Amino acid sequence: MGWNLVRIWTILVYTFMFLPVAVVVLLSFNASQFGSFPMTGLSFRWFVELAQNEAILRAFRTSIVLGLLTAAISTTLGVLASLALVRYRVPGSNVISTLLIAPILVPEVVLAVALLLFLNFLQINKSFTLLLLGHVIFTLPFVILVVQARLVSIKRDVEEAAMSLGASPRQTFFQITLPLMLPAVLAGALFAFTISFDDITGTLFWKPGGVETVPTQIFAMLRNSISPEINALGTVMIIMTVGLPLLGLAIARQVAKKSGT
Amino acid sequence: MSSVTLNNIVKRFGNFTAVHQSSLEIPEGAFVTLLGPSGCGKTTNLRMIAGLLDPSEGEILIGGKRVNDVPIHKRNLGLVFQNYALFPHKTVAENVAFGLKYRDVPADQIPKRVQEALELVQLPNVGERYPKELSGGQQQRIALARAIVIEPDVLLLDEPLSALDANLREDMRVELKRIQERIGVTTVFVTHDQSEALAMSDQIVVMSEGRVEQVGAPEEVYNTPASEFVANFLGASNIMEAKCAGMGGEGVTIEAPIFGTMTIPSEKAPRVTGAGPAKIVIRAEKLQLSANPAPEGVVSVPATVETVDYQGQAVRYFVRAGDTQLQAINMIDGHPFAEGAEVHLHLRPIDCAALPG
Repeated sequence: MGWNLVRIWTILVYTFMFLPVAVVVLLSFNASQFGSFPMTGLSFRWFVELAQNEAILRAFRTSIVLGLLTAAISTTLGVLASLALVRYRVPGSNVISTLLIAPILVPEVVLAVALLLFLNFLQINKSFTLLLLGHVIFTLPFVILVVQARLVSIKRDVEEAAMSLGASPRQTFFQITLPLMLPAVLAGALFAFTISFDDITGTLFWKPGGVETVPTQIFAMLRNSISPEINALGTVMIIMTVGLPLLGLAIARQVAKKSGT
Repeated sequence: MSSVTLNNIVKRFGNFTAVHQSSLEIPEGAFVTLLGPSGCGKTTNLRMIAGLLDPSEGEILIGGKRVNDVPIHKRNLGLVFQNYALFPHKTVAENVAFGLKYRDVPADQIPKRVQEALELVQLPNVGERYPKELSGGQQQRIALARAIVIEPDVLLLDEPLSALDANLREDMRVELKRIQERIGVTTVFVTHDQSEALAMSDQIVVMSEGRVEQVGAPEEVYNTPASEFVANFLGASNIMEAKCAGMGGEGVTIEAPIFGTMTIPSEKAPRVTGAGPAKIVIRAEKLQLSANPAPEGVVSVPATVETVDYQGQAVRYFVRAGDTQLQAINMIDGHPFAEGAEVHLHLRPIDCAALPG
């Protein structure tokens, strides 16, 4: 009896959370101009229109480039920072660690405004590079948290063994340490990419004029009208932000299985 | 293969001195054990030889060459850890081949060398497996194969048997010694287990609190401990305050409590220099309990059994003689004595050792 109530409650919570998403996906295949039920027919026309919309395609390209660059830079910096914090004795490492994680704890709006004011103070104009910088700042903590946790579990002995066998510190890193923490590095990179890809708050503040990412483009389109194109775009976004981490997880699992850890 | 020399080595960590000035000479091809309780500095010494730690003072020589400034990956050492430290993402064969990649070994020779090493540790058929598919003992054999396949100048073993269970540990002990003798590599072995040290070593270096207490062959260290610490750490000993009454051709005359005046052979009291206060060391195994008084030439003292610690093939007694409690470990012949039994303690003076007081 009690369990049945819990079960029903759980179903209701999930329905509440995912029904809107399901509606968006469903309506993106609607033939009608107006997003309402009952659907008048099944059609891919909104996806076709999406693919022909220059502004959206441009936003898409921007988002992908931004996401990939953010992932690459964040992961590189995050791995290096984790190595320094875990493997070496750095003076004030606790403070550094806290500072690096801080962007998660500070509300994004505050961080966004702070960076903007800081740039104003320095009299630097907004640019794509600065947008990228902003994304790196708030994706870095995720990479560091994931990679650090993994690095702690890799025993120093294994690296020492490799060095005793003749591998230089650099060879040891690429032969031993990096392969062993690869699942965490991949996970960190995926986190960085997806967070950057669907970020809107920071992006709205930092983006220079004329540059739109997919979320800001949707936001702009919504201000005019609710076009069914947005449903289609939403569906694409969902596939990307849900599908990519799942794919990544599957790859990481394969890597982990092969390495036997 | 090379000798290893530590010259006045000191290692400090901040304010803590882990190794006080100590020197050590490890001859080529020898099996030398650093023995001591945890925190005695034995692992610190090993890690300095390996190049994983830099000495604060003094110099380290391998094969006569100073290596203080040579990084670990250029020292050509084999290193075996307590928890195996195999590369989990590489197969056993890849693990063993790892060190060969950084040496001038032709690529077509590598599989042959790997196979030879695997045969040496008696695991010729596991090359394709991953480390986690092997048992602890097998993993440690692979770690050993990986360390010796590179033909290291020195083999460094950091408590390699401690993670194995008791039966396996004794098998591996014999195995390890066999392999070491076969390839003849200079070996430094770190352990806190006195029976491993006694069974395997050519030389034992007993360490305590960062200082070398004694260096010697197993028999020497066991029979003629240089200090109270060594006497207590290697086996169980009864150590009592005594007095040296004089030294003569027959040996050192010691006036001991309970057992009276005894003449101990000079070689069992090398550090006693003359009359004065001294300590007498009586190994628990040398103190025999008997129902009868002793024959001629054996000291005999009446005592009462207080505690019986039955161990199967042997038994450990705590007995009281006068107001002193003594420890005796005897092989069991028939039945052990019961608690409360009145017995005679038999002791041959030649089995005793003496230390300066």
